[in-house]
Amino acid sequence: MIKLSPVAVAKIEAICDRYAAEQTPLIMILSDVQKEYGYIPLEVQEVISKRTGISVAEIYGVVTFYSLFSLEPKGKYVIGCCLGTACFVKGAQNIIDKFCEILGIQPGQTTPDGLFSIDALRCIGACAAAPAVSINGQVYARVKVDDVPNIIKSYREKGGAA
Amino acid sequence: MINIKIEGVPYQVKEGLTILEAAKACGYEIPSLCAFNHGECNSGSCRVCLVEATGARGLVASCVYPVSEGMEIRISTPKAVEARRRSVELLLSNHNQNCQQCDKNGKCELLHVANITGAREGAFAGEKTEVFYDDVAPALVRDTSKCILCGRCIARCANAHGLGILGFENRGFHTIVAPAENRSFADSPCIQCGQCVTVCPTGALMEKSEIDKIDEAMRAGKHVIVQAAPAVRASLGEEFGYPVGTPVTGKMIAALRRLGFERVYDVNFGADLTIMEEGTELLGRLTKGGVLPMITSCSPGWINYAEYNYGDLLPHLSSCKSPHQMQGAIIKSYWAQQKGIAPEDIFVVSIMPCVAKKFEKEREQEKVNGIPDVDAVLTTRELARMIRRSGMLFNRLPDEDWDQDIMGDYTGAGVIFGVTGGVMEAALRTVYFKLTGKEYGKIVFEEVRGHDAGIREASIDINGTVVNVAIASGMKSASVLLDEIRAGTSKYQFIEIMGCPGGCINGGGQSYVRPAFLPNEEDDILDTYKEKRAKALYSEDERQVIRQSHNNPQIKELYEKFLGEPNSHLSHELLHTTYAAREGFND
Repeated sequence: MIKLSPVAVAKIEAICDRYAAEQTPLIMILSDVQKEYGYIPLEVQEVISKRTGISVAEIYGVVTFYSLFSLEPKGKYVIGCCLGTACFVKGAQNIIDKFCEILGIQPGQTTPDGLFSIDALRCIGACAAAPAVSINGQVYARVKVDDVPNIIKSYREKGGAA
Repeated sequence: MINIKIEGVPYQVKEGLTILEAAKACGYEIPSLCAFNHGECNSGSCRVCLVEATGARGLVASCVYPVSEGMEIRISTPKAVEARRRSVELLLSNHNQNCQQCDKNGKCELLHVANITGAREGAFAGEKTEVFYDDVAPALVRDTSKCILCGRCIARCANAHGLGILGFENRGFHTIVAPAENRSFADSPCIQCGQCVTVCPTGALMEKSEIDKIDEAMRAGKHVIVQAAPAVRASLGEEFGYPVGTPVTGKMIAALRRLGFERVYDVNFGADLTIMEEGTELLGRLTKGGVLPMITSCSPGWINYAEYNYGDLLPHLSSCKSPHQMQGAIIKSYWAQQKGIAPEDIFVVSIMPCVAKKFEKEREQEKVNGIPDVDAVLTTRELARMIRRSGMLFNRLPDEDWDQDIMGDYTGAGVIFGVTGGVMEAALRTVYFKLTGKEYGKIVFEEVRGHDAGIREASIDINGTVVNVAIASGMKSASVLLDEIRAGTSKYQFIEIMGCPGGCINGGGQSYVRPAFLPNEEDDILDTYKEKRAKALYSEDERQVIRQSHNNPQIKELYEKFLGEPNSHLSHELLHTTYAAREGFND
């Protein structure tokens, strides 16, 4: 098991304290932790549990219920392929399959170089842009299978640089 | 009160009830699974209790839908009947139906509702959720192939202990109930109390059976000695149709003898021994400035909780082993000596209201020279299973008495160990005598008695020495007292803590209390069973001639001939133990 540094623990506790006044703070806390660290391992869930009194099993349940939360580190670029109804009928399955084929990973997985993760998302609310792909918050509208190599290429060129 | 109609018949019921509760008050038991114990669990997830109600769109889950003025409820329309049947069929479609191998058979609520709703075989056959099976922990088995995701276990763990070891994981078809990361109970801070087992409607959560171990020991020609805990006699009868809280001590002894055990002893002797050791330890701490408050150590669920969550407070725990461990240690030393039998050839079986005892007996710290005090622990339910398979008609057995040699005597003080406050009362009877030189006139310390979770406290004036005591059962209550100790604000000298709410009478190994299977009990049996079982023990205390542990003649003899005095060197070797803080999520 990894041991968290005191600094990390303090930071997570501070995130918990932001929502101390909320009746149901868990999802907000987890969202912030996910944004801050990119993932929410069990050790972090234990810190949240101690601070909030919410059981680890319940936290783990919420983390594994919502695809927004991740138990493992995500790639630098998270490719969210929408498979909601509108995107799906517009051929989203082919888009995600192409991403998977080129990157050699399955939805939920991360490339060995840590650059890309693929997430299969339900509706992201961009139905007019179907099929839509969202990469680190940037939405690509009406994506075609032939666009996929270029999209990947553009991020490869950015590489590990911020 | 509001007016409703059920099947066209008008009734007046309390406002705010769910349809399920209102129907029950009017004499209808709507089939249900996830609804349990007055809303302790009300996830509304199983959909077995669907009915028609005016003002609602479609069918409603009666366990979560409130009644309202003028509502007309229909339970037995073809539409409602078919819907309930479908709900059960859907549950069955993802359920491992190896019922004949399932230890819950006969007490399975899913099978019960399948029967009464007329669920058809294979109605929704198809893919099933991936199955996980955990039998790593010594006390508990989790088999997700039997789980119907009702959430009763999750609610009980949170309500009784504030723990929440179990939770829902993943989503949709992949949802399971498990400790975080789908870990084994053994690798999570589960205290193995078994409260989850007592509420699980199916065979998804069970104790780990040790009946096979006993068969093996008998086959190997070992001297198989059995000892039964006080609380078992208050619950075993329920397995054979007796009203809840009927003491069946004599028949239980007769049954144990006929099952082939060489000696049949009462753990009450061990309880008396515990009082001698623990009472002396308390007096020592009181007079010589030891760590106070001292906390009892009879409940292995509580010990697990302390080691996981309050590692800094372990010096407050009494170093005494629990009664059955003490008695096991005496059987394998003094008793063995007297009988000329090698300890290795003795196999000690404890019949317990508890599943955590299965864990306790395996603790390294409990062993004497590498030999465990106790070799197998059976729950009340497992004993009933052994009795049933033997063909014995329990109800027709004669009442017999315990074997009397060496450890046959016991006192009323030992019997009440099985209910919250009992260890405290038994200890006070002896401590009073030790401090004053005379017996406490009233014998009974009414102020420490109870039968449910929650905290009780009392100040006992013993010849000018005021002893402040507190009692808690269920870890939710216990944590309040423990946090006080941690904060330095505890005003108590002596605290009794029991793992299960109400103490051993409500232990994780006791007979299941399921209204659906107890048609002759009152409606409120879930509110009253603890009190009824407690009464069985208190009445046995009252019937005893000797009611203080220090007056047990065979206990006196044991000290004279073998141990010397309480807390002697030999006592410490055999009857005392140590504790160690543990990581909750160890890897």
